[in-house]
Amino acid sequence: MFVAAALALLATMILTIVRALSGPTLYDRLLAANSFGTKIVLFIAVYGFLAGRPDFLDIALVYTLINFVGTVAVLKFYEYDDSVGGDYQEDDY
Amino acid sequence: MISMEHLIIGVLLAFLVVITIGIIVLRDLMAAVILTGLYSLVAAGAFVVMDAVDVAFTEAAVGSGISTILFLGAVSFTRAEQKPRGNDSWLAIVFVIATGALLIYGTLDMPRYGSAESPAQTHPQLGKRFLEQSADEVGPPNIVTSVLASYRGYDTLGETVVVFAAGIAVMSLLGLKRRRPEEEIPEHAPEDQPPELEQDTDRLT
Repeated sequence: MFVAAALALLATMILTIVRALSGPTLYDRLLAANSFGTKIVLFIAVYGFLAGRPDFLDIALVYTLINFVGTVAVLKFYEYDDSVGGDYQEDDY
Repeated sequence: MISMEHLIIGVLLAFLVVITIGIIVLRDLMAAVILTGLYSLVAAGAFVVMDAVDVAFTEAAVGSGISTILFLGAVSFTRAEQKPRGNDSWLAIVFVIATGALLIYGTLDMPRYGSAESPAQTHPQLGKRFLEQSADEVGPPNIVTSVLASYRGYDTLGETVVVFAAGIAVMSLLGLKRRRPEEEIPEHAPEDQPPELEQDTDRLT
């Protein structure tokens, strides 16, 4: 069961990496990176049970926090610097 | 189970290769920054699978957290787009490949991953001594900390000196110029923030 879950997570990681590499806008890439962080967290949790040692769950929690901080930092940067998101339109809301 | 572990490590390392190629190919520097954070996350995941949890922790905090923010600061000083390059020199590629081959050649002498015959495993007293005596000899309950800070303390000190020297070099390149202009108002003064925030909340609601 855990093997299947781990393999499925690896497959979704491949999908998010494809999106991060090919994403037309920066926001696609950012969202892909964020969801990839979530996948890594889930993967660490699943792998802990797969290896029989679920002691690393707290590390997965810390990864969640770090991932969140990174995403917020990038978005703050967009908020302050208009020259970066050149392809960004007000209508995109 | 071991083959499963090797499979997962192999897949994660393949992710690293793909992401690295993406970082090299992409012209968009912001995308490269985001992909660098992604790279660190994958590397941290691989470290966790390899049981190097402390290294994974550092990689995630420094590589994915702080480095991303530092790279963002660096990008804010330049343009978000890489200049189109001229002809890439073949000499450079040859040098890079030769250096990489040398580094890989250097790792061939090392014991294999998880090998039971590595010197750290086969040494008669080493691991036993660390496990049994480190609490009395050094103190901290965490043996990794004892090894890092005491048994191989000079090694750690050397690493710290290298990082310190690199920090001084970077500061001497960048930091001295930015102290002097007092008259320049920062681009985003704190005073002009609250109206923007109000606008944003209005838009959201």
